[in-house]
Amino acid sequence: MRFTVEKAALLKPLSHAQGVVERRNTIPILSNVLMSVKDGQLNLTATDMDIDVAETLPVDMAQEGSATAPAHTFHDIVRKLPDGAEVEVSAEGGSRITVKAGRSSFQLAALPTDEFPVLDGDDLTYNFTLQPDALRAIIDRTRFAISTEETRYYLNGIYMHATDSDVDPMLRAVATDGHRLARFEMALPEGAKGMPGVIVPRKAVNEVRKLIDDVDDEIEISLSETKMRFAFGHIRLTTKLIDGTFPDYERVIPQGNDKRLSLDCKSFAQAVDRVATISTEKSRAVKLALEPGLLTLSASSPDAGMATEEVEVGYDAGQMEIGFNSKYLLDIAQQIEGDQVEFVLADAASPTVVLDAGDSGALYVLMPMRV
Amino acid sequence: MTAVCRECAEAVPEDWPEAAGEDSGRCPACQSPRIARHPELDRLTIAHIDCDAFYASVEKRDNPDLADKPVIVGGGRRGVVSACCYVARLYGVRSAMPMFKALTVCPDAVVIRPDMEKYSRVGREVRERMLTLTPLVEPLSIDEAFLDLTGTERLHGRSPAQSLIRLVLDIEREIGVTASIGLSFNKFLAKIASDLDKPKGFSAIGRDEALDFLGEKPVGLLWGVGKSLKQKLVKDGIETIGDLRAYDQATLMARYGAIGSRLYRFSRAEDDREVDPTSEAKSISSETTFNQDLSSLGDLNPVLWRLCEKVIRRLKRAELAGCTVQLKLKTDKFQTLTRSRALEDPTQLAERLYRTAAAMLEKEADGRKFRLLGVGLSDFAQPEFADPPDLVDTDRDRSKKVEAAMDAVRAKLGETAIIKGRGLDQRQDAAGLSSSTSSRPRRTKSP
Repeated sequence: MRFTVEKAALLKPLSHAQGVVERRNTIPILSNVLMSVKDGQLNLTATDMDIDVAETLPVDMAQEGSATAPAHTFHDIVRKLPDGAEVEVSAEGGSRITVKAGRSSFQLAALPTDEFPVLDGDDLTYNFTLQPDALRAIIDRTRFAISTEETRYYLNGIYMHATDSDVDPMLRAVATDGHRLARFEMALPEGAKGMPGVIVPRKAVNEVRKLIDDVDDEIEISLSETKMRFAFGHIRLTTKLIDGTFPDYERVIPQGNDKRLSLDCKSFAQAVDRVATISTEKSRAVKLALEPGLLTLSASSPDAGMATEEVEVGYDAGQMEIGFNSKYLLDIAQQIEGDQVEFVLADAASPTVVLDAGDSGALYVLMPMRV
Repeated sequence: MTAVCRECAEAVPEDWPEAAGEDSGRCPACQSPRIARHPELDRLTIAHIDCDAFYASVEKRDNPDLADKPVIVGGGRRGVVSACCYVARLYGVRSAMPMFKALTVCPDAVVIRPDMEKYSRVGREVRERMLTLTPLVEPLSIDEAFLDLTGTERLHGRSPAQSLIRLVLDIEREIGVTASIGLSFNKFLAKIASDLDKPKGFSAIGRDEALDFLGEKPVGLLWGVGKSLKQKLVKDGIETIGDLRAYDQATLMARYGAIGSRLYRFSRAEDDREVDPTSEAKSISSETTFNQDLSSLGDLNPVLWRLCEKVIRRLKRAELAGCTVQLKLKTDKFQTLTRSRALEDPTQLAERLYRTAAAMLEKEADGRKFRLLGVGLSDFAQPEFADPPDLVDTDRDRSKKVEAAMDAVRAKLGETAIIKGRGLDQRQDAAGLSSSTSSRPRRTKSP
């Protein structure tokens, strides 16, 4: 195998690859990227056995073939080369590859290519496409609520499923860590009807989000009950799905809340942020005291002191007080598209619904704290 | 003043002869021959006090019939010796020795199951006494602590050595257990010193002698040098503490990591860590060694549940909640595994601790045989933040009520008044539970 390619063209797919490759691996081959050159195209693949990302790019091919290289080292080398450098990569035999650019030359240990595991994606029977904006929204509106608690592994991802209503079926994405729940929905794309409910693991969510950050191409999604693939441009990411049952989240969304509070999202978020400066590091609690037309935010801690701030709001139900984790309020506020955010409350101990006046597809549920 | 009587804590005149004639060498006040002498005695202020064979001493105190018998406190046949009295030591019994081995060398030993509640009660009494000397008491475990007596001479009207000797005399007379004193100018030397003259010991290491004293000692004596680090050091040709002095700090750190800097300083008798009274337990854990190796979840889970309840009981008593769950297993080949997992929020519920630990245990229980199981909680938080209502885990409120109800019954009728079926012994041979609260990795006694 031998090819030449310009530094920047190689660096980008390499940085995509090294996002997937774990820094520490018990299986040596998983620290490597697989390179195969054929018909003037280089295919770069990296995997952690759960996620597999493959990318193709045109190169100046001298000899076809394939080889592996340690992902992080290879990436570091290419990153440090001068801009515009022509990089020549070659492999003779299976145990070594050579990287040359200008007067630099590196020899890296390589592992046999046939050890490289491939996540096959042949049985992906449901296929649909999403606009990159839509996929970005699905991820952004929900991923902050993904749980990190390993014991509840079935919450360690975004649950995606199709609603089974015949009129206006929806594609829904849901994530929760038990403290808050985020639900986002959009019209069900063609081809997704009947798709199974799947839980996309957090790492795959984060990698996909990075990859599509500045993508304009449509994203082709294909999935089965166990795997899901995102393909766009020259990139293809395949991930295993979390094998578990996502809890019945509908049950968690309160239906009977009757106290409506609407406020200007930006000034609310700023006020919460200011008041929370005082709340203790561990609890981050802020108290919301409501009376018609007025919200008083407050926080106090035995060490730091206390803070209050008044915010004019649309509220005409009875007086009440409720506490929330300020970080959770801010996480949600950050995802509100419209100028106005609406809270639908019951009482100080029951879950509160948060709605985005500018995006009817988004819904959040927030568990109050005792304050 | 460079000498203090160890029987009456009176200062002995500096020019008092050591052992010239018939009566000399004895304390002028009480005639005791036990006199602590050290040229720097009145300039050393950092002490380590360590109770002697603590668990065994408490048992002997409570049962005078045991006074002259070899007493071992520890788990069942497969357990280890938690503590052994000095009679048992004459036979060669050592703490942390497997029980079967201890009983081979000392078949007549009286073996007593540990009663941790009692020991911690007595331990607290001892600590109360220490606090009358100085607020700077840093407990290391249930029965040992560092004390910083700097600047207390005027307050107490006597030197630190006198105060300490009087303290352990009081502890012996009023609480009924003996302790040994190590006195020096920093923590790690004080700790080494307390071990030099056990039991009822007093030993001091001064600035002038510290380097010579350490030079020929094996590296294993240093705090933080366990079995594996010692092996590594010996392999690299470093056998004595003096050998360490041939290397600069950077080299030691490059070779052995962060501990390298400690090795560098300790080998030079330097230790600038302060006696920190706020250094509290960082984890609460409980573990048990089985009489027979267990491998199936059906056998392991009931034991796990009982351990979880025990940890939670102590967690509640300490008014804490824990965020990180640790699981510890030892295989039949004596390989120790530890796993840990963070919870989304702190807990005080045995149910949550158990569920998390059981999930971790399930991953490890792949047919291997285990001889020991332990569970613990660390990363403490205030109990008011524990177990908030959860959107998904709707049983949490129920668990809270169930456990509160069980606590209420137990408070009235005793710990065994109510148990969950889950904790019932499927096998009759599960050993009694031994537990430990540790703020640091358990220390290994140095030679």
